[in-house]
Amino acid sequence: MAEPRTVGRTAGPGREAAEPGVGSARVGASPSGASTPLRHRLAERGIDRLLLLLLPAVATLIALFLYPMMYGVGLSLQPRSGGIFANYVAFFTDPYQSSTVWKTMRLALPAALFNVLVSVPIAYRLRGRFRGKRLLTAILVLPVTLGTVLVADGILRYFGPRGWFNRVLLELGLVDEPVRLIYNYWGVMFSLIITGFPFAFLLVLSYMSGIDPTLERAAATLGAGPWQRVRRITLPLLAPGLATTFILSFVLAFSVFPSANLVGEPADETRVMAIAAYQAAFEKYDYTMASTIAVLMGAFELIVIALVLLWRGRLYAGHTGGKGA
Amino acid sequence: MSAVEAGGRAAPGFLRRALRAGPFAWIVWGGVAFFLVNLGALILSVVINSFAVNWFDSWLPSAFTTSWYGEAWQEFNLADVLLVTLIVALVVVGLSLLFGVPAAYALARRNFVGKQVVMLLLLLPVLLPPITYGIPLATLMYKVGLAGSLAGVIAVNLVPALPFVVLVMTPFIEQIDTNIESAARMCGAGTRQVFTRVLVPLLIPGILAAAVLVLVRTVAMFELTFLVAGPDSQTLIVALYSAAFTPGIRAAQAIDAMAVLYTLLSSILLVIALSFVNPTQIVAQVKEVTPE
Repeated sequence: MAEPRTVGRTAGPGREAAEPGVGSARVGASPSGASTPLRHRLAERGIDRLLLLLLPAVATLIALFLYPMMYGVGLSLQPRSGGIFANYVAFFTDPYQSSTVWKTMRLALPAALFNVLVSVPIAYRLRGRFRGKRLLTAILVLPVTLGTVLVADGILRYFGPRGWFNRVLLELGLVDEPVRLIYNYWGVMFSLIITGFPFAFLLVLSYMSGIDPTLERAAATLGAGPWQRVRRITLPLLAPGLATTFILSFVLAFSVFPSANLVGEPADETRVMAIAAYQAAFEKYDYTMASTIAVLMGAFELIVIALVLLWRGRLYAGHTGGKGA
Repeated sequence: MSAVEAGGRAAPGFLRRALRAGPFAWIVWGGVAFFLVNLGALILSVVINSFAVNWFDSWLPSAFTTSWYGEAWQEFNLADVLLVTLIVALVVVGLSLLFGVPAAYALARRNFVGKQVVMLLLLLPVLLPPITYGIPLATLMYKVGLAGSLAGVIAVNLVPALPFVVLVMTPFIEQIDTNIESAARMCGAGTRQVFTRVLVPLLIPGILAAAVLVLVRTVAMFELTFLVAGPDSQTLIVALYSAAFTPGIRAAQAIDAMAVLYTLLSSILLVIALSFVNPTQIVAQVKEVTPE
């Protein structure tokens, strides 16, 4: 965060030197002479007319994001019956509803953890430059851009009882009858891994390439073996990036909705919070309950993110010596 | 840049490295290969099914046909759906650039009281699950009658797209030397001229990257569009979901034909995207990783 501050400071004088022509014309047009000192005082705190450029974006987000969020929170506190927290009480006392929290976490946490942890050794091997790296990363981006709906459709065909995956297992004699991989927990898990793993891998790879390779060679010169180099140099430098990757992977997995419906068991085993919220809103038309679940969904997600950030705050937070720093 | 060159010297070729490195490398490459084979087979089975007359208990369908594409095109009104997808994606790209680039400029150049609040407002839509703000937003839109219209679909898609543009553009703008702007002002350029004659030409690569990324993400954005779309304002991904979620009514092959068309559209966009941006940018807004 040190970079922008210096930029701002160096930008200051240059802008001031150029501004008077524009500025004085404005002041001359408006009769209130008292506005000039105020303008200067605000400018010292970095508030000037340039910030008007923020206005369209901020106004759009307030209208389309902040206001609806507040409206949703307000709506959740106005239940159809009972006191202001009746919806929240109803959510936590009804096991059919409150179990969705556990069901969501049971999918999102292992999926995010798996995607991040598996990415590390692979990214470690592929961190240098080699021919075909661009092609490999391009192939890996594909499932991310395809989106969950298409992947879910493919999973139904490929992992289904008569799909190729089960056929291969049967041919190899690994199983006697087709394994049930769709319409349950595992179907959703596969879809989270197929869309989530490339995402996590590309992020970890970009963090890994940001670590200066000379650090590792210095450690090797000092007599560190391969495992010690990974353990003492690469992993500590990578850890903050891994925390960020975990957060973004978790966000992606937490909002699982289409695949939980299409390849999961939306009535029971994979009834995640998103499904519960959707059903409350568009099947029961209870918008207050839907808002309650939506708010709780955001809250539970932010709790996990906050915990990870707390852990990340205790990690090494300095220069990685690479191109990224 | 020394890091990149040093990395190049350390890794003369992945094959030689893999052969030299022993079992660990083989496990890694095996894992990648296993993933890619399954991914390829998964997509291939959808493609093959879309050409199958019928495909039940065999390795491959007994006969092939292309008629499902015509059927899907007719039955799902794909011409309309594609038009809607195109309009939504392009308008979202245009608006998010129009609002996002100036905002990114202000954020890159100024430190002001309350900047943290603005940053939080920009980060929350990226971090929160779309359903969390999508459901209250959809509820509001049903109230004011925007739901089901093209305008509503465009509006919801702006919520994640706009912060994304700002976050992608800010590092690009920070790279531009402020002296260039000062020089332009010395030569008598006003704010608008500085923008149109100096900044925008310098920012073209960043703007193209942001535009393509928003395009890819909007075409793939399911949850938000699904919550507010009406029958006439469905994008391709929502139409695909609706068709897939009501099985039995339509032939699976027709659904897969639509899925293949969607894959083709995404792949074309992806190829365009990759000619402008680094693959890692598609998954996140990190340009150059800055660990803090």
